[in-house]
Amino acid sequence: MPSVELRKRVTIVEEIFHEGGPIATIPYRRAAILAIIRNPFAGRYVEDIVGFSDDLKPLGLEMATALIAALGGDPRAIQGYGKGAIVGAAGEIEHGALWHVPGGYAMREALGGAMAIVPSAKKVAGPGARLDVPITHINASYVRSHFDAIEVGVADAPRADEMLLALAMTTGARVHNRAGGLEASEIKGLDGLR
Amino acid sequence: MKAKIRKIVTIVEETRIEMDRAVEPPTRRAAAVAVIENPFAGRYVDDLSLLIDIGEELGDLLAGRAVAALGIEGPRAESYGKAAAVGENGELEHAAAILHPKLGAPVRKVLGKGAALIPSSKKRGGPGVSLDVPLGHKDAAFVRSHFDGMEVRIADAPRANEIVVAVAVTDSGRPHPRVGGLTKSEIKGVDGLR
Repeated sequence: MPSVELRKRVTIVEEIFHEGGPIATIPYRRAAILAIIRNPFAGRYVEDIVGFSDDLKPLGLEMATALIAALGGDPRAIQGYGKGAIVGAAGEIEHGALWHVPGGYAMREALGGAMAIVPSAKKVAGPGARLDVPITHINASYVRSHFDAIEVGVADAPRADEMLLALAMTTGARVHNRAGGLEASEIKGLDGLR
Repeated sequence: MKAKIRKIVTIVEETRIEMDRAVEPPTRRAAAVAVIENPFAGRYVDDLSLLIDIGEELGDLLAGRAVAALGIEGPRAESYGKAAAVGENGELEHAAAILHPKLGAPVRKVLGKGAALIPSSKKRGGPGVSLDVPLGHKDAAFVRSHFDGMEVRIADAPRANEIVVAVAVTDSGRPHPRVGGLTKSEIKGVDGLR
């Protein structure tokens, strides 16, 4: 399988103090890290692509580690996560699907274990496209206070023969969460759902 | 603090490859962006001194955040820029009050020097509007390798009564500069121009 060529890396950290309501004692933080890499399958149909998923694992781990560092360096502070991909116009949505395994594996590894499925979004688009990366609680998908998303994008990426790979993490619940449902304090932690 | 800050977003971009050529060391630029309440939204106010003072606070805060995001000492920064986007209930003049009278001095203090004018841009717009923050060398505005720009945007800002304020800092110029002109090794650093 081809090597991973990283053109550019972008880190975004949002620190949210309030959204019209009481000012949070600890600001809510959500962050994303984006890697813009060459799509080795751009411009033609390649049947056997799955091996590239393994090639992406070191990059995924490096991204997950850097993202935790951008949020202060303590993996235990991370409560939500998500992932996504934007495939440049000369690629297929299936190429973006190669990110599912290495992206999820990397975050679980860097967080020292996390039970919930990592929510994801992906699309094929041009430079400057925006992607709403979905976010849920790392141990129980149904925790309603942690349902969130972060919009990401880079003005000059992905070019046609590139892919933008994204990981997202948060440090807690939405800043004024009050929509009910399962709370983080009620997690049983058996199935990754509740 | 006079500024009522709803959120702060930091963005770091690291370019490692441009047109298949390695960029060594990678070029890096960071923007720190604050979303603040516009105290004069929806009415004409003659005396903008409150916004001028807010600009001074934000110059210190945002320059500090940007430099921290790059992980460098202030004096190692090479270029800088600033910009503001005013929500629909504000005036362009509100952006001017934040950016021009007092924001620069604390930025220069964080960066150690900064003889050159801080290039700027401003606009009025809705949530998600993009700002192209112009960049120029901090000690000599004519250094051609450092003419650049960085796009920033925040999906949920500015709301109608808000202002987005950005300070961008780099530790480098463009990836493969080769259009001649004054180089950084030739800076005299006396007049802020050459």
